[in-house]
Amino acid sequence: MKRYSAFAIAREALNYHTGWSRAWASPEPKKRYDVVIIGAGGHGLATAYYLGKNFGITNVAVIEKGWLGGGNTGRNTTIIRSNYLQDPSAAIYEKARSLYEDLSQDINYNVMFSPRGVMMLAQTQHEIRGYQRTAHANALQGVQTEFIGPERVKELVPIIDINGPRYPVLGALWQPRGGTARHDAVAWGYARACSAMGMDIIQQCEVTGVRTENGKVAGVDTTKGAIDCDKLGVVVAGHSGVLAEKAGFRLPLESVALQALVSEPIKPCMDVVVMANTVHGYMSQSDKGEMVIGGGTDGYNNYTQRGSFHHIEETVRALIETFPMISRLKMLRQWGGIVDVTGDRSPILSKTPVEGCFINCGWGTGGFKAIPGSGWGMAELMATGHSPLTEAFSLDRFKEGRFIDESVAAGVAH
Amino acid sequence: MLILHCPYCGVDADETELSPGGEAHLKRFGPGSSDEDFQDYLFARENPRGVHFERWRHAAGCGKWFHAARSTDTLEVFGTYSAQTTEPPKEICDRISGKRPGWTWRLFG
Repeated sequence: MKRYSAFAIAREALNYHTGWSRAWASPEPKKRYDVVIIGAGGHGLATAYYLGKNFGITNVAVIEKGWLGGGNTGRNTTIIRSNYLQDPSAAIYEKARSLYEDLSQDINYNVMFSPRGVMMLAQTQHEIRGYQRTAHANALQGVQTEFIGPERVKELVPIIDINGPRYPVLGALWQPRGGTARHDAVAWGYARACSAMGMDIIQQCEVTGVRTENGKVAGVDTTKGAIDCDKLGVVVAGHSGVLAEKAGFRLPLESVALQALVSEPIKPCMDVVVMANTVHGYMSQSDKGEMVIGGGTDGYNNYTQRGSFHHIEETVRALIETFPMISRLKMLRQWGGIVDVTGDRSPILSKTPVEGCFINCGWGTGGFKAIPGSGWGMAELMATGHSPLTEAFSLDRFKEGRFIDESVAAGVAH
Repeated sequence: MLILHCPYCGVDADETELSPGGEAHLKRFGPGSSDEDFQDYLFARENPRGVHFERWRHAAGCGKWFHAARSTDTLEVFGTYSAQTTEPPKEICDRISGKRPGWTWRLFG
């Protein structure tokens, strides 16, 4: 792999940019790998990357049914934050956020991490109390957040109407080092770094079955033939239930549609991420100038990557009340992704009833922000059988009643 | 827009009138049952890519609960039926079989 740098651009310019090689190789699968990861989204690729970087395991294949980063990794609204209430959540999301800080340097790929600050508006008395509690919890967890008043909100976001008729802005939970990153670049960067370590990224290859011998994983059957492996990581978000069924166990998950939309590009008007959870809407401005908007999930199971229009209407209606100046803005694109939601709205990073088979799923509506931390913890779990980051997120928490109840993450606003 | 026929009041209701109520035909496990059964009752859910049975409530209409047979991969509705039953009626199962031969769903199929 050629290193990307200002010097490399100058050098390649002398050759009229004909000397660049492909960012990652696309080989045919080998017969056997030490580790097979199903799903080349952010979480799957990050898992593979940290298996190689932290544990020296590089005989790894990442198998993808469609194209790399084409699922929820390429469909989210790219928000990164770690202002969670519960300790296990704060630990893994803050690990991810701190890894994002120097991820571009680490993988030599510009992921455009922009720590512009994330603001979660408090628009009811209940939310004020809730966010003050979160700010106190974050102080104990070492996550830098603070509760700010409406004047400071207006100062940071001049286009906001803090005296709205229905839901005036009463304050906000402010995380100054939260922000956004380029979602595609995260997947591409990890893929390039994995490929450089000698891992195989195999796209357009669907897993049709999981083979087990005496309760232990033996390999997978794919549309490109059988592949043997010692360890299997299932990192397929909305399709986790389908894959788990193939491996012979059930998951406490339901898959629903979550939608997002972007406006036409306008001049810079808002340089922070604003989330309004009471009215189910959140918004940031991309580098191109588009307003990137997300809302709530549908309430019923759905695999079609299409959501219900009335959710879009609700979201936009609420945002227009909070940001009156966007009322004439045209929307350019709208899309949906299938998110896998657990009973307590927290993810599952766990061993499974099948020995050697590990699962990373249930990120629901908020997986993008967690990619580096999730990969870090999942790699440790797969390599050593134990990880302090993932311990609390095991599958048996549902049997034991150890829920990680994140009301802040309850199916909206990521 | 998902449209479901309410078997009680006879209205073809838009999804904005309806509240989804999750998986249908759950068997209740309460005090005295095993940890596994109780866990499954509370949290394990069918999450099929295909034929699915659900509970819905005609919330902004007659207010009644009913059942719907639906496909999660095409959003096709196979039919709706009474909430006062522990399994889908034969005519709905037959209709699904006509369109999706070989379908299965937890206890049925």
